[in-house]
Amino acid sequence: MSNRGFKNGNWNESINVRNFVIQNITPYEEDDSFLQGPTDRTKRLWDVCRVALKEERQNNGVRAIDTEIVSTINAFGAGYIQKEDEVIVGLQTDMLLKRAMKPYGGYNVVAKAVSEHGLEVDPKVKEIFTKYAKTHNDGVFDVYTKEIRKFRSLGFLTGLPDNYARGRVIGDYRRLALYGIDALIQAKQQDMDGLVGPMDDSRIRVREEVAEQIKALREMIEMGKRYGLELNRPANNAQEAVQWTYMAYLAAVKEQDGAAMSLGNVSSFLDIFIQKDLVEGTITEADAQEYIDQFVMKLRMVRHLRMDAYEQIFAGDPTWVTESIGGMLADGRTKVTKTSFRFLQTLYNLGPSPEPNITILWSQNLPEGFKRFCSKVSIDTSSIQYENDDLMRENRCSDDYGIACCVSFQEIGKQIQFFGARTNLAKTLLLALNGGRCENTNTLMVPGIKELEGEYLDYNQVIENFKIAMHTVARVYNESMNIIHYMHDRYYYEKGQMALVDTNPKINIAYGIAGLSIIADSLSAIKHTKVKAIRNEDGLTVDFTIEGEFPKYGNDDDRVDDIARKVVNHFNNELKAIKVYKDADPTLSVLTITSNVVYGKKTGATPDGRGAGVPFAPGANPMHGRDTHGAIASLNSVAKIDYKDSQDGISNTFSIVPKSLGADRKDRIVNLVATLDGYFGRKAHHLNVNVLNRETLLDAMENPEEYPQLTIRVSGYAVNFTRLSREQQQEVISRSFHDKM
Amino acid sequence: MESLSVHSIESFGTHDGPGVRMIIFTQGCKFKCLYCHNPDTIPMDKGTKYELEDLVRRAINMKGYFGKLGGVTVSGGEPLIHSKGLIPLFKRLKGEGIHTNIDTNGRILNAHTKELIDNYADLVMLDIKHINNEWHKKITGGHEVTYPLRFAEHREASGKPMWIRYVLVPGWTDQPEYLHELGNHFKDYQTIEKIEIQPYHQLGVHKWESLGWKYQLSDVEENSDEQLLKAKEILSEYFKEVKVN
Ligand code: SF4
Repeated sequence: MSNRGFKNGNWNESINVRNFVIQNITPYEEDDSFLQGPTDRTKRLWDVCRVALKEERQNNGVRAIDTEIVSTINAFGAGYIQKEDEVIVGLQTDMLLKRAMKPYGGYNVVAKAVSEHGLEVDPKVKEIFTKYAKTHNDGVFDVYTKEIRKFRSLGFLTGLPDNYARGRVIGDYRRLALYGIDALIQAKQQDMDGLVGPMDDSRIRVREEVAEQIKALREMIEMGKRYGLELNRPANNAQEAVQWTYMAYLAAVKEQDGAAMSLGNVSSFLDIFIQKDLVEGTITEADAQEYIDQFVMKLRMVRHLRMDAYEQIFAGDPTWVTESIGGMLADGRTKVTKTSFRFLQTLYNLGPSPEPNITILWSQNLPEGFKRFCSKVSIDTSSIQYENDDLMRENRCSDDYGIACCVSFQEIGKQIQFFGARTNLAKTLLLALNGGRCENTNTLMVPGIKELEGEYLDYNQVIENFKIAMHTVARVYNESMNIIHYMHDRYYYEKGQMALVDTNPKINIAYGIAGLSIIADSLSAIKHTKVKAIRNEDGLTVDFTIEGEFPKYGNDDDRVDDIARKVVNHFNNELKAIKVYKDADPTLSVLTITSNVVYGKKTGATPDGRGAGVPFAPGANPMHGRDTHGAIASLNSVAKIDYKDSQDGISNTFSIVPKSLGADRKDRIVNLVATLDGYFGRKAHHLNVNVLNRETLLDAMENPEEYPQLTIRVSGYAVNFTRLSREQQQEVISRSFHDKM
Repeated sequence: MESLSVHSIESFGTHDGPGVRMIIFTQGCKFKCLYCHNPDTIPMDKGTKYELEDLVRRAINMKGYFGKLGGVTVSGGEPLIHSKGLIPLFKRLKGEGIHTNIDTNGRILNAHTKELIDNYADLVMLDIKHINNEWHKKITGGHEVTYPLRFAEHREASGKPMWIRYVLVPGWTDQPEYLHELGNHFKDYQTIEKIEIQPYHQLGVHKWESLGWKYQLSDVEENSDEQLLKAKEILSEYFKEVKVN
């Protein structure tokens, strides 16, 4: 494999991007003073995008839909924003912000999305997908059990990827730039040759998968040709490296519309090409920034076709183009490069934006200059999130990983994930209080749970019942997951992305829970005070009376924080005990996306004093207003949840008004760095940071047109605030803003 | 078990001393400043008892957030009413390598206070309410300015760091002549690292009302930027650093 003047290593012998990075990276330990503003070309392009984005907002959130072409890697001709200004080319369809149909996840969803915008699917496509082709969604519902349907429809299991693409797979998009497609096909062909008998189910399946991957790689060559690019060969300079990497990603988002389509960790890889060209004097810093600005601009324009109902669980039309930046190498050097800064600089050059979902891999050992720059970017844009690199590197044993979706570790090119949405664990707790019946419908969900005795709720009895309920929920949850991923592999296999991942990768199944703070506070109330259930004529709980004060999650108080920790540990162990399709390894997240609102709606009153239908706190956050000891006590409570029990991620959203962060800008920057060091020093996993005034949000609700780029972090991703529903906006505003001085 | 009467704890204090700090607001104060924004800390008979070890545990849990600058600030109310009880607390904190700071009105200076601030307080933030005795009395409910000034003298003699804090109340504490007088009084002090101007705000008014007390500064408006700038300019003639907090 051609070395193009780079330092050789294992990467010349086999597909091994990590080794290339380790051999050739130039860590950068200084500050942000080298950065440049946007070029004129970039500014002109962004102006075109801004107009298109405005049209999109005015047209009910969708600029255009192609109703005739079924999107594949190769289905559309070349598309441009404004060709003469583009140094990085490529759009998902032939027109900016035009959305494409990807019906293999489920035809009805596509048809509904199209009709919600007053259009109709082309009759031929309709005929194919209703008469001849089978989709992932068809497959799942063919085999779902009655029990799964019940848990799903009553809101115990929610947001399951059974009618949309599962996403979460991160292709190693860097491979295209480093090796070119010819070499990648050759490597896959070799894998194929080694996959010989005995021809059992799994062997046949892998052979078919690799065959599909090779077809996808060929399609990518064709896609490149439409833009005049020779993707069959490796990239020869910085511009090509950015372009090739983007093309690999573009193939993924042409073929798939997974909930989350992460990018990985491309910035420091690209830096190697950029650094080389800079040293050789073939490009300037302005060129380097222009490549990154335009790449990021393209990522901001990625769109998927969604139906309105999708908004409830994933509000604000997110695409989760998650790019992970920073972190440390196992050898002790930092992965921060000048291109890490350049990526962040796009938030100034193009203004704030939810996408790409920039995630800083925070280590105590990151260079101080980078820490401060990140802090400054957070304060100015509220667009980025942070994850604990020290924790993940140690526990997951890799320094070459990205974040799948919101918060989840994924080793790049070696590992994939099965997305598992989440279960409503607060509602599961109510099963324990209601003899295993759904508190809203009186449907028996879990047999074998005794009705509670006595006037007051008895802690030990409740715990015993809760464990029985969790046991059953875990089983049903697992069964649904096995079905979903079996069918997804069969009918909507991610051949383009998997072509850029090792054959037979390790797999994590990503389970999730919602309602943790409600459970912790409810159990704390039952344990530390006297709680009486008020029941309706069916004997179902409708409300609770609480006599006295109880310790609340979010105040660094072990009496309740321990409960939260133990519940996560217990449920994770329940899940770990059950075998998964393709022998995937179970992991769990405490994460809600924006579904904390709809989960709350579907859940009756809880013993912590929360009324029926009231939204949950997002992710692992404490309930609004109950964390009365200030921000750090609140962070410390969340930090106690053990990452080992929740390796898919523990999401926490930290919102603070600028003034509370410090008296002036200098103080704020330093204080936010200290906060991040402190939080992650306590082995916490994830933090969204919003530095915003509540008034700004209120004003944006009333005058959305004046805030087209107002970005706010919610559970694990960022959204354009004005694209949230009013209800969700209100929920965000009501949330704990730390505003003590 | 030793304990302290605490009004509340703020774990993310960024305006009461350097860096990110845990702020312990103690209960009780003998002054009754007209603009007090935490009047519910004034009564002596309220507050929640916190065991010292619980406070120390909380501080240790926050240590990682303090960075190179932060630590623990004891504010109030008037913390030095509890000088005796604060000695073992600060001893423990110092033992843990945590930076300690007292935010005081400087009324009290007894043997316990001296032991505490001479030996265990890395920083003292002294609130000067006014430099003129008559105004000082008017603002604080009858207390003489000599006490805080005596306190400042003592700290200066100890040679350890001190910040001055000054609430700028339009029409009450922003008279240029008195700002000059304040500057002149302290200009030769070696231990004063900076003076912080605290802008006046009315955020505490509802607390006065709920205590059944009348808030007398209802018609005083918040500082304009211009007023803050002017005060800063004057004080800059005398202090090496002036910061609007
Ligand atoms: S000294 Fe402080 S706590 Fe006491 S009354 Fe005055 S402002 Fe309030």
